[in-house]
Amino acid sequence: MTLERTPVRFYQVGSFAVGNRLVELERRSAQSDPARANSLTSGHRACAGCGEALGARYALDAAMRASDHQLVAVNATGCLEVFSTPYPETSWRLPWLHSLFGNAAAVATGVAAGLRATSRGHVRVIAQGGDGGTADIGLGPLSGMFERNDDVLYICYDNEAYMNTGVQRSGTTPGAARTATTEAVGEHPGNRFGQGKDLPRIAMAHEIPYVATATVADLYDLESKVERAMAVSGARYLHVLVPCPLGWGSVSSDTIRLARLAHQTGLFPVFEARYGEVTSVTPIRRPAPVEEYLKLQKRFAHLFTRDGDVADPATLALIQAQASRNITRYGLLGDGHD
Amino acid sequence: MQLQLEGSQAVARAVALCRPDVVCAYPISPQTHIIEALGALVKSGALDAEFVNADSEFSALSVTIGASAVGARAYTATASQGLLFMMEAIYNAAGLGLPIVLTLANRAIGAPINIWNDHSDAMSVRDSGWVQLFAENNQEAIDLHLLAFALAEELSVPVMVNVDGFILTHAIERVDLPEPNQVDALVPPFLPRQSLDPDDPVSIGAMVGPEAFTEVRYLAQVRLRQALEVIPRLGAHHAEVLGRSAGHLVNGYHLEDAEVVVVAMGSVLGTIKDVVDELRRGGARVGVLSITCFRPFPVEAVREALGRAERLVVVEKAFSIGYGGILSTDIALALRGLSTPIHEVIAGLGGRPVWADSLRSVLLGALDGTLDDTTFLDLDHDLVNAELARMAATRRSGPPAENVLRDLADARRGS
Repeated sequence: MTLERTPVRFYQVGSFAVGNRLVELERRSAQSDPARANSLTSGHRACAGCGEALGARYALDAAMRASDHQLVAVNATGCLEVFSTPYPETSWRLPWLHSLFGNAAAVATGVAAGLRATSRGHVRVIAQGGDGGTADIGLGPLSGMFERNDDVLYICYDNEAYMNTGVQRSGTTPGAARTATTEAVGEHPGNRFGQGKDLPRIAMAHEIPYVATATVADLYDLESKVERAMAVSGARYLHVLVPCPLGWGSVSSDTIRLARLAHQTGLFPVFEARYGEVTSVTPIRRPAPVEEYLKLQKRFAHLFTRDGDVADPATLALIQAQASRNITRYGLLGDGHD
Repeated sequence: MQLQLEGSQAVARAVALCRPDVVCAYPISPQTHIIEALGALVKSGALDAEFVNADSEFSALSVTIGASAVGARAYTATASQGLLFMMEAIYNAAGLGLPIVLTLANRAIGAPINIWNDHSDAMSVRDSGWVQLFAENNQEAIDLHLLAFALAEELSVPVMVNVDGFILTHAIERVDLPEPNQVDALVPPFLPRQSLDPDDPVSIGAMVGPEAFTEVRYLAQVRLRQALEVIPRLGAHHAEVLGRSAGHLVNGYHLEDAEVVVVAMGSVLGTIKDVVDELRRGGARVGVLSITCFRPFPVEAVREALGRAERLVVVEKAFSIGYGGILSTDIALALRGLSTPIHEVIAGLGGRPVWADSLRSVLLGALDGTLDDTTFLDLDHDLVNAELARMAATRRSGPPAENVLRDLADARRGS
């Protein structure tokens, strides 16, 4: 079958966005399986290799299964909101509300309260946003939602900077990373070293029923964590590392590889916690040095020579120390693993 | 039911009678008694609603946005800085067309920090797309809340009921609290125009580009202006059920033969009417127009009420810094084409009492043609001139508010 040619324009208002829903049934990929909820369906405008689009699709579909499709999603302003709903098109196949950048957690609290007050308490509520909407501008409302133990699962898709506005530094941007506001110039190029905001640990400090981290390198793990989060009520937090080819300066096809390396280096510990205590960790089966992860990203290019040799051993040592600290803190090498 | 109630308690009980599904609270003077009373009603079981203690005003209004978006009747209250902290959500609620009801216990905005009454907070959001109603007394405060829920839900617009902080919220007056069956007749069940529903999923809050933004905004204008027809209709229903009505856009007092008409909003109208009564006993042809509905602005009603006046005095508790009166600007535009002189009187800022004596001087000045275009009522010129002189003499003259307070203390010690 030859498909009718559909002109694709950069700004697709007035067109049919391309997606595999236009392809005959037997040639469609797994994500267009009619049995899938496809809560975030194809045709949206995320960049090629977008970790956030991948993470959101798997997380929401898992939540839809767990709630028997009785789910409402609240979205903070950001890439996920912008690429999914360019008027008059929407990629959302579940009830979806976008209010503001910093209030997703509070709006979700209101959705849950409104549903409960109108005898629809069986409908579950998810709030989602990026690291800027979660760690920075939305931290107050998020902390309030945690503290009240409102019945909301909040999912943060962390790509470690404000990507939607053009890659500016956020509270989760790692040390030494180049962004548009932490330029790779001067005596200490890139983001200054600090503690950053460790959102999972901030969430744990509220002693809420469930906190977990995941990456888009292990989608089964992500799905099972969403299912476990949906099995309990009260405030729940899921922090998903989602590489961003645009902001990280990485190749689109390296998104999964980078997410895996973030875990294998120890820079992004993958674990679960209940009521403030870590209950399980995903051990590192093949430990990797941080260089392996950093070299694939232009945001760390100033740490290496053009030939790929280490140009800034002192900064690399700082990054390796952070990774090692995580490995020790969470016991990521564990017993029985190499 | 006739009761002797504090204004805040009266508002809380009126809101409770409207059966909100979600009440969201964050404390700020002078509205705090309202949400405290509602909290107690929910906790005791007298009101079947979700009561959420928010972490900020921004979150408080955001919670009501979420609740309203799933078709729940949602209410919150705030004042002053709290309203400013909500600002982004204020515009968002209106833009989304969510029928939230908010009580604004009117209070000044800092700096300098000031907890007392004026209308700067309400004026700061006059362009946001909310209906803004002003209560003249606590009975109107009760009745306007009943009207607010019905109005908001019929038009799918948010409604703000303005109640003067302390002057009304903390005043104990005799009020008639409607019976539940009366309120049920006046506030029908909420049938949302839009609702997030898993069985009929919609996206709300999509990005709208230049190709449709003007049209969406124009529709907001049309929808808000429909309130100009709905309010008098709901008001007529109030009159049938309650035997009284606060449901008017404007309310005239001795307009029939008035040469000079005073225009104002809120509780200051009580004092103004006392002064007008007194002047009329002396034969002066003065009248009053109270503006109950400030947004949408009732241009036709204002024009009809003021078209015959020879001179207008607009008493307002806020002004646009760098320009002048806000209500008087609206009145002037409503009277386009007429040459009626309009005097603006800025009064009662930051809780300064608006004395009958001061108002009498203003009105006598208006009657004999000696009133200035702009008057800052009871302004202490000595204090202002001293600070102006200090600023002219010294570059490093220091913080102005603190200078003024020190001068005032010195002057009082001296006398």
